[in-house]
Amino acid sequence: MDSYALLVAATLSAGTVLALASLGLLVNEKAGIVNLGAEGMMLCAAIAGFATVVHTGNDWLGFAAGMAAGAVLAAAFGALTIWLNTNQYATGLALSLFGAGFSAFVGIGYVQEKLPPRPQFSVPVLGDTPLLGPALFQQHPLVYFAIALAAWLIWFLYRSRAGLVLRSVGESPSSAHALGYPVRWIRLAAVIAGGALCGLAGAYLSVIYTPLWIEGMVAGKGWIALALTTFGTWRPARVLLGAYLFGGVTMLQFHLQGTGIDVPSQFLTMLPYLATILVLALISRNPAWIRVNMPASLGKPFYPGS
Amino acid sequence: MSMLELRPEPSRFWSLASPLLALALTVLIGIVLFAALGKDPVRGLQVFFWEPVKSPYALGELMVKATPLLLIALGLAVCFRSNVWNIGAEGQYVIGAVLAGGVALMAGKDTSGWIVLPIVLAGIAGGMAWAAITAFLRDRFNANEILVSLMLVYVAVQLLNYLVFGPWKDPGGYNFPQTKTFEAATQIPRLMKGSRVSIGLLFALLGVAALWVFLFRTRAGFAQQVGGLAPAAARYAGFSSRRALWTALLVSGGAAGLAGAFEVAGPIGQLTPYVPAGYGFAAIIVAFVGRLHPVGMVFSAILMSMFYIGGELAQSRLGLPKSLTGVFQGLLLFTLLACDTLVAYRWRRRRAPVPAPVPVEAR
Repeated sequence: MDSYALLVAATLSAGTVLALASLGLLVNEKAGIVNLGAEGMMLCAAIAGFATVVHTGNDWLGFAAGMAAGAVLAAAFGALTIWLNTNQYATGLALSLFGAGFSAFVGIGYVQEKLPPRPQFSVPVLGDTPLLGPALFQQHPLVYFAIALAAWLIWFLYRSRAGLVLRSVGESPSSAHALGYPVRWIRLAAVIAGGALCGLAGAYLSVIYTPLWIEGMVAGKGWIALALTTFGTWRPARVLLGAYLFGGVTMLQFHLQGTGIDVPSQFLTMLPYLATILVLALISRNPAWIRVNMPASLGKPFYPGS
Repeated sequence: MSMLELRPEPSRFWSLASPLLALALTVLIGIVLFAALGKDPVRGLQVFFWEPVKSPYALGELMVKATPLLLIALGLAVCFRSNVWNIGAEGQYVIGAVLAGGVALMAGKDTSGWIVLPIVLAGIAGGMAWAAITAFLRDRFNANEILVSLMLVYVAVQLLNYLVFGPWKDPGGYNFPQTKTFEAATQIPRLMKGSRVSIGLLFALLGVAALWVFLFRTRAGFAQQVGGLAPAAARYAGFSSRRALWTALLVSGGAAGLAGAFEVAGPIGQLTPYVPAGYGFAAIIVAFVGRLHPVGMVFSAILMSMFYIGGELAQSRLGLPKSLTGVFQGLLLFTLLACDTLVAYRWRRRRAPVPAPVPVEAR
């Protein structure tokens, strides 16, 4: 039974990387902008976070550095797509390619670095419960933060006035503009928030989840996070659930390897990517299902007065 | 408040000048980057822009790298012109290389040089098959082709790894994850002695001509593009978007697979985990910087090839990491996209005479 507690714990931890990034991208996309640069932002944030922790020894500074790195890159992406009306897909791709190169470039000196053992966390009282404790209550605070973030987003997007404005900017920017809302600034804010959360995800990955730096270590998690927003049909709770589902698939892969099952490791490594493809196909099959919550102006440029 | 104004029609001047301006900006940022690293910027620029062209041998190496980039970019241009976002050319390239490598492994000591033909065909078939998965899932299930084609890159790389770590591993290879070196007969014929340039370059240039004719002189090529520019008009004219989708993906997959075959049975000569060299991703930039125009992409493929060689030289000569290549490639695409704004818009000095919007209190 103990190994199942560990599996649940590991699933939560693996899912948190995806949850933070995909919830960020959700905010981003609710404002009508698709940022394909998630992978690049996460990579740059991973090295920024890792390097900061190597030099300062403070995880929280590392998270802040990761968030800052993601936010800066997202701001550049936002300036290009929102003010210069560049193609969102192409600009996002440029960000991903740049991020992959730049992170490898900056990180070259950190490949051999190791972080000291990570501190253990435990929720008081609950953490000591048998079985449930190790499974659910001995996690890094950011794991709980991701859940709280999803809960807050549900309130923010569907119950608060600011959330309504954000959604209106993604649904009908020209109406929002006509009502006097600064559409482009709101979109920029959403893009930066999305970048900061992708950055937090990247820093969590390199500082807590696998405390080391390897070139290209995000390994497609940014793209999976993008797929998760579609998977979760742009609803925070479903996106969060999807993230844990994929965290589970990732963990299953290691678990299967551990059981000595006779499948080459490469096929197990494929699992999350194959699962993403499968899930995308299943979800997209019904256009109505997708369109209910999809921001109507997603991916379309908005230019006031044009 | 707006500073940009939509031009009545796209500027011809800027559509040619913007790639040059983008390159200038990239170089400028590169100079700043070199200076920030405490390296001599002049030396850095030399490594990237002079050494790759200074001798016939260097020029040959430039062509060796430009060939796959150009081939893949030609296919991608068909995709992007029809608004099909195939981002997974890297995976199609890898599978093309795997199938071509599989055929090459069958060659023995006395196999004739004609084996090159099935090798090349296997490469094309592999790339097409891999792209067909994306086309099928998009066509049948409406699955986003960006994400599907990209996920397939990771799957393709794992397949390659499985083969070179597993069943295809060279038993006499000191346990290195690689196949045995292919027989000499499988080598794609070289164009001339003393250079590694193969007939792949001729195929790429033929591809340039073929794409030009297809895009600008055939009805099918026209139909292919209308769907990307104006989907409603395409439907009205009876152009099939399904056919455009399949054509785009099969052409680009085949081209990427062909490039994979030329690489693996050419300069590489065996399958290793290093077959995926990022050409599939760099070709996306080649396609954009070349304005999705067949001739433009020749120039951008050469430019991108310079970045590749420059990155390798920067590693050996200046002790800078090879990943500098990716930094420059990404920067070039960024600056190009930014400069392209000038094609469709122009700066406007005065304030826009728009009626003041009614302020709504937002809390």
